[in-house]
Amino acid sequence: MTDQLDPLDESAVKAAVDTALTAFADARTLDELKTAKIDFMGEKAPLALANRVIGSLDKSDKAAAGKIVGKSRGLVKKAHDERMAELEAERDAAVLIEESIDVTLPTDRTRLGARHPLSLIQEQAADYFIGLGWEVAEGPEIESEWLNFDALNFGPDHPARQMQDTFFVDPADAGLVLRTHTSPVQSRSLLQRGVPLYVVCPGKTFRTDELDATHTPVFHQIEGIAIDKGLTMANLQGTLDGFAREMFGPESKTRLRPSFFPFTEPSAEMDFWFPNKVGGPGWIEWGGCGMVHPNVLRAAGIDPEVYQGFAFGMGIERTLMLREGINDMHDMVEGDVRFSARFGMKA
Amino acid sequence: MRVPLNWLADYVDLPADTDTHALAAEFAAIGLEEEDYFGPEISGPLVVARVLDLVKEEHSNGKTINWCRVDVGAEHNEADDNPKDPQPGAERPSRGIICGAHNFSEGDLVVACLPGTTLPGDFHIAARKTYGHVSDGMICSAKELGLGDDHDGIIVLADLGLTGEPGDSAIELLGLDQVTLDVNVTPDRGYQLSMRGIAREYAQMKGQSFTDIGSPTVAEVNAPTDDGFPVVIEDSNPIDGNVGCDQFTALQVNGIDPSAKTPFWMQRRLIAAGMRTISLTVDVTNYVMLELGQPLHAYDTALLGEEIVVRRAQAGEKFTTLDDVERTLDAEDLLITDRGGKGGKIIGLAGVMGGAAVEVNDETTAVVIESAHFDPISIARTARRHKLSSEASRRFERGVDSLLGPVAARRCADLLVELAGGTLSPATTQVGQAPEPTVIELPVKRVDSLVGVDYTTAEVTGLLEGIGAGIEVIGKDRLAVTVPSWRSDITADVDLIEEVARTGGYDRIPSIQPAARAGQGMTEAQRTRRRISNLLAADGFTEVLSYPFTSDKRDDQLRLEADDIRRQHIRLANPMSEDLPLMRTNLLSTLVELVARNFGRGAKDVALFEAGLVSTSAGLPAGPGPRHLPGYHPTDAELEEVYASVPVQPYHYAGIISGNAELPGVWGKGRKAEAADVIDTVRRIARTNGIEVTVEADQIAPWHPGRAAKFVLADGQELGHAGELHPKVCENLGLPARTVAFEIDLDALLAQEDLRTWDGALSTYPVSRQDVALIVDADLPTQTLAATLREGAGEELELLETFDLYTGDQLPEGKKSLAFRLTFRAADRTLKADDASAMREAATKLAAERHGAEVRS
Repeated sequence: MTDQLDPLDESAVKAAVDTALTAFADARTLDELKTAKIDFMGEKAPLALANRVIGSLDKSDKAAAGKIVGKSRGLVKKAHDERMAELEAERDAAVLIEESIDVTLPTDRTRLGARHPLSLIQEQAADYFIGLGWEVAEGPEIESEWLNFDALNFGPDHPARQMQDTFFVDPADAGLVLRTHTSPVQSRSLLQRGVPLYVVCPGKTFRTDELDATHTPVFHQIEGIAIDKGLTMANLQGTLDGFAREMFGPESKTRLRPSFFPFTEPSAEMDFWFPNKVGGPGWIEWGGCGMVHPNVLRAAGIDPEVYQGFAFGMGIERTLMLREGINDMHDMVEGDVRFSARFGMKA
Repeated sequence: MRVPLNWLADYVDLPADTDTHALAAEFAAIGLEEEDYFGPEISGPLVVARVLDLVKEEHSNGKTINWCRVDVGAEHNEADDNPKDPQPGAERPSRGIICGAHNFSEGDLVVACLPGTTLPGDFHIAARKTYGHVSDGMICSAKELGLGDDHDGIIVLADLGLTGEPGDSAIELLGLDQVTLDVNVTPDRGYQLSMRGIAREYAQMKGQSFTDIGSPTVAEVNAPTDDGFPVVIEDSNPIDGNVGCDQFTALQVNGIDPSAKTPFWMQRRLIAAGMRTISLTVDVTNYVMLELGQPLHAYDTALLGEEIVVRRAQAGEKFTTLDDVERTLDAEDLLITDRGGKGGKIIGLAGVMGGAAVEVNDETTAVVIESAHFDPISIARTARRHKLSSEASRRFERGVDSLLGPVAARRCADLLVELAGGTLSPATTQVGQAPEPTVIELPVKRVDSLVGVDYTTAEVTGLLEGIGAGIEVIGKDRLAVTVPSWRSDITADVDLIEEVARTGGYDRIPSIQPAARAGQGMTEAQRTRRRISNLLAADGFTEVLSYPFTSDKRDDQLRLEADDIRRQHIRLANPMSEDLPLMRTNLLSTLVELVARNFGRGAKDVALFEAGLVSTSAGLPAGPGPRHLPGYHPTDAELEEVYASVPVQPYHYAGIISGNAELPGVWGKGRKAEAADVIDTVRRIARTNGIEVTVEADQIAPWHPGRAAKFVLADGQELGHAGELHPKVCENLGLPARTVAFEIDLDALLAQEDLRTWDGALSTYPVSRQDVALIVDADLPTQTLAATLREGAGEELELLETFDLYTGDQLPEGKKSLAFRLTFRAADRTLKADDASAMREAATKLAAERHGAEVRS
């Protein structure tokens, strides 16, 4: 090591301090800093040795020497600590950089499922009507023939009751069918909830159509019925317009065309204006509707002289197909996971 | 109903320059939706041609053809013959055409399509070399021009009663430029199945005055006489008290020329309307039916017995209809028969189809015309019973004008006189009378209050008069409306209101959203279903909607025992397929197929769920179901019977995982689905809904007997099952081995009381954790041991976790070790280690007493 440093030699002490500061500044790693610390702050460091001899100095010099050496050692320690903080920060930063990962790696270790868009559309429609104060009614899929037909003013000889459209439960005189529409829920609601009545019924329905691009024997409808005092066809039109806007966008609206259904009079086919129609905006047939036939109210024990109202029904599959540009029914009924995956939990 | 527009123009003012597509839209707006549109199909030079010369040439294939020189008019003739291929006869302006038909000769006017013509079927005509000559066009048959089925020869204009000059456009001459609209007539409006009915709609739509040629006050009719052809109505079996035939008009036309042909204009109209031409007499009956809406029948008088008898069939009687099908008759079928003389035959299924016995034929010179009115229900049932829908039955089912019979009979007779040279016998049969017209009272305010449009009394009156109703004002804004005889669909005031709204225009109805009463929002059941469906989707299951049709074979594949209630299916009388005649009793039975389908399409790992209704036939009332007619309000007892007749249909959830539960990837190899995955799914469903569920081992198809869990609810009801499917079931259904599945009854879950309690604030004192491993019999359910520990540990046990299961060499045979972590927390103090140890020991002591559990050191 160097010669004994004189604690009273201010310039020598300063030189020792400078040497130490330079060494700390030159240290590029925490290890080098540690070595430098031993050299310049350790027991055998010049300033330590200078400090040690202070005791043996004259009494008059002790104070001055103590001040010089003490201050210098303070400077050295401060410089060391600052450099150490710097080097530690560098080291920590390097560790984080080394730990970096590829955030674009696949992450799908748990499978995400999906809802069926036909269910989602039914929920969207139900939510819309609930927002208007309506309620969602339900009914069985295997239904009494009386509720599916007669209570809705379909007489015993109505063509729709014949075998070519309707699934009958065996034996055929059991009076049970797979409901051909969601309309029996109209009658159930009238009978069980009474009036005033504002309900929609989304649900599964059945007809004996072979599965092809546009038909399926099992399909879904949403039915609506409103019975109160003073409801008119204008209210039917208003309700349909609002529903069309919900399902097809704010530009949409509906149009009524005269038609025939046993359970409504007047009856109408309903078209909606579809701004996003393939090939340009236009009218598209959406469903049937009308003012509820007095016989439907009578069958439910409601006086048609006091209460009146409207009903409507549309196909959920058709609504989804039009809205999403789906052109083959097979995709909706075959249960291929790729179909629903496209929709996630929002149709 | 096909409406040839030039025919319609006979009855209304239909301008020649009418935009026919716009007209179709106008018809749609009054309820006559466009089904089809038949426009001109021929373009180019289709002209009248005169055959100047022809030579017959026999060819090596045995066919004789005509090489013709035809004059096709100055505009189209070639001045000179081709010197290498001159046409027969003297050279003069003409064209040469080859023709294979032989029903014409020199001098005849025919129809030629010249090169550049396009015929129906997008058939382009060009000059072509054939049989050694260049044929510079084609002489056309009726079939080639879309004028019918006649392909026996070419059109000779004289045969059609037509004439013209060579070069005239044959498109106009033959009416090939005409448009026919096919409009859909709704089943309540029989009157629209006639030109007369459509004309009325058109006239009203356009505000034109309308002369109704079907009205007995406009048309000429015969007064009944005593010597008409005898007709007897003997209905022994009226349906619902309605006699099958309430009116029968019969006229006789004698001296018909059997060789008379149907004029071209009538053939054109019949074909445009979608019918075939058969013979003049039959064509005339069809023409009048299309014109007026009254189905007619003409019988050969010479073949008839002495009287016509309308009666019901005897069950089992046989009759062969004109379509050559032998029908076994039902006692409800109404028949036209004859009696006396040559009689004793069935001559027709009334209002549906005749038979061959007394049909007019090419020797018929006298006919009896039947113009009858039948009960719509009777005709509808017969048509359906025999799957025999005819033009006549379609009209009778929908209701034929009750005053039309005599008018139509006379119109038919007049046409036969005019076209077939017959004479109308004054002997007129008229059995039965038209019913009194229906009169309905209509307050004008009722129209406004239902439609939401303010109509004036004058407007309502005008619109209803437009449909043919008689109006009498019987008070202030109160009308007595006499329903037209052709509108049997109008039976109540709402039917009149529809006519006002329809003919006034639905586009007048404003759009006003009604204010509903405040509702209750969704029901708890509806909220629960969304909660569960969303949970399952987030947990990796994809929702599917399988068809609910299944079979005994599927039950076998699922290994359901013979006495399993899930084999008690509701059966369909008319299934889509005889292979799938049953309604499902559980969702898995149909869901499995979709799993297999996804694997078939290349999926590697599949998780599906379905929510929906199931049913069984158990507890269904035997015997015929309750029946009540439209408009009848059943009594409470009758309603109960209706409700009881409908099977209980519980709402189920089912799910299946095949392949990996956790997916493989850069993070690792993934993890195959196991029973625990679906058991956990059911537990999560229960917990999400705040319901406690206990798990027990169970042996039940279609699950693996050692890997199936049963879920029991707090009230003891069974919620459902989950676990690994039986290996044989996977094999039977083509599913990957170790497929796992669950099925639960949501209705059972919804029936649970919410037992959750809340007894104060959360303790924030520190926890004390104690671990213990217990050696117990290998078959002791973990859930049972855990329950004992909970009981023994006391109320300050906050959490009990099972963190290890060990079986193996370190333990005696038939034993297992389960390791638990007990987390204790007190509500009012910090627990000391000693407190926690004491509680743990209390727990293990109880486990030792109950289950012989030993603490593993």
